[in-house]
Amino acid sequence: MARSVPTDAVAIPLSSAAQGRGASSAAKPRRSSSAPYLQVAPLVVVFLLFLVFPILIIVMVSFWDYDTARLIPAFVLTNYDELLFSPVTWGTYLQTVTFAAITWAVTLVVGFPVAYFLAFHVRSATWQTALFLVCTVPFWTSNIIRMISWIPTLGLNGLINKGLIGIGAIEKPLEFLLFSDFSVVLAYVHLYTLFMIVPIFNSMMRIDRSLIEAARDNGANGWQILGNVIVPLCKPGIAIGSIFVVTIVMGDFVTVRLMSGGQSASVGLMMLNATSLLQYPAAAANAVVLLLLVLLTVAVMMRLVDVRKEL
Amino acid sequence: MRARRRNAGFWPLAAFFALFVLFLYGPLTSIIVLSFQGPNGGLTFPMNGASLTWFANLFEKQMVGDFAGSFQRSILLGLVVMVITVVVAFLAGLAFRRRFLGSGLVFYLAVASLIVPSILISLGIGLLFRLLDLEAAWWSSALGAHLSWTLPFGLLIMFAVFNRFSPAYEEAARDLGASAWQTVMHVVVPIILPSLIGVGLFGFTLSYDEFARSLYTAGTFNTLPLEIYGMTTNVTTPVLYALGTVTTAVSFAVIGLALLAYTMVERRRRRLGSDAGRGV
Repeated sequence: MARSVPTDAVAIPLSSAAQGRGASSAAKPRRSSSAPYLQVAPLVVVFLLFLVFPILIIVMVSFWDYDTARLIPAFVLTNYDELLFSPVTWGTYLQTVTFAAITWAVTLVVGFPVAYFLAFHVRSATWQTALFLVCTVPFWTSNIIRMISWIPTLGLNGLINKGLIGIGAIEKPLEFLLFSDFSVVLAYVHLYTLFMIVPIFNSMMRIDRSLIEAARDNGANGWQILGNVIVPLCKPGIAIGSIFVVTIVMGDFVTVRLMSGGQSASVGLMMLNATSLLQYPAAAANAVVLLLLVLLTVAVMMRLVDVRKEL
Repeated sequence: MRARRRNAGFWPLAAFFALFVLFLYGPLTSIIVLSFQGPNGGLTFPMNGASLTWFANLFEKQMVGDFAGSFQRSILLGLVVMVITVVVAFLAGLAFRRRFLGSGLVFYLAVASLIVPSILISLGIGLLFRLLDLEAAWWSSALGAHLSWTLPFGLLIMFAVFNRFSPAYEEAARDLGASAWQTVMHVVVPIILPSLIGVGLFGFTLSYDEFARSLYTAGTFNTLPLEIYGMTTNVTTPVLYALGTVTTAVSFAVIGLALLAYTMVERRRRRLGSDAGRGV
């Protein structure tokens, strides 16, 4: 075959050779200087229509008035007033932030060792890919089904309760296992630890192995290498994972609804309840406050670590 | 690998990893097994015989809303989202290889699209359509809502791809007289094909399973996740698990197809690729 497809093995030496030339050819004026704008246009259109406009609409509607049937264009602050001066709101936000904090801590504690094992202890590239895939496959399946899938394990007649009764550890089934705050956090960890594993694994794979050898040559033990070399170099990955986990949990309502059995609240659920009563402006005001909280959280995290470097 | 001893930490970490995998897959396995419950079986173990009753139930229309219809819509929507995600993310990826005015802004839009809570996007698009007097539908508003979630992932994958992509191939193609279009179609696309398959996988599966972004945007006709959500509140038989098994099977089939395509591309590449070192 004359037309050969280059492999990655060839790409590496070529790319280093081409570095200098690539830069100079980019600098000289091209005939198609409008090309990048045309290429990025579809993406921008989608973001404008389905990200920017919707957010603007929410901000706008949050100042509107409403009655039982209609949205009334206006500029009133009652929605924010009712929201921010209600103890229910503060309680719900506190609960949501608590869920986010606990989930963040657990996913980090679980995700870091998993990523560490994959990156530093699995030595064959094939096994590494295979085990990484094993971790990611559930991400591509239905979240709702994965929540439901805890019923046979955690329910009153579930595997854990039956097992514990069977060995005589308890007499009555444990009720807190399902439809409780415990099961909400468990489901979060089940669903979202992956978001922690992938960026941390990615950071770890970029660590120059000679740094670790150097640390070892200088007499560092395993824990010292972990604490003084690996963890600091993984910070961008940890930050990206944290941003994912925290923002997803803060905006969640499905998991809280299904896994708490209606006993816990979340900001998202509060919005859902408002819209089911057609109180869209109230929901919109809540959405704006939630958005500000999420953006603030992310801004703090981004300040701590330069995330763009990681891409 | 030869004669290298495992580090001290290997076995505890391996055990932890195994537990994590059990945690990931254990519950899913249990509902797949339980979906084959006998006709008198319940939502928990033990199995009360084995049957396909609950799968049969699933396909009877009156039992569970409109399973077949929502299933079709979700598959179709997933395919459309997949194609658009691959094309748009690829084009945007090409654009980001050069500096252009506003590239930073577009990047931040993509990041924003990932971190703005789904329910907010969903509500906003729902309101937008409402105010414009447009009817929300799974093929319009929900399509856009899904794209706002899949495109950032696609774009990030494209960044990773083009960061490692040598412009030398394109230069060679251009030197050999290829037009811009030929360069893209015969050089760039074949080289990054495996990654495009990955982007497609993200596009389909994220759309197929998306709930929150469909909530206010799907309009009159439900997509599958909305249907499943509705069932969780009013169905208390293993038919729920049968649905879980079917939809998980679809996800696994799609992942399997993507992997198959990926290995085929890689194999072809090894067969037809570089002859360096073969002494030809």
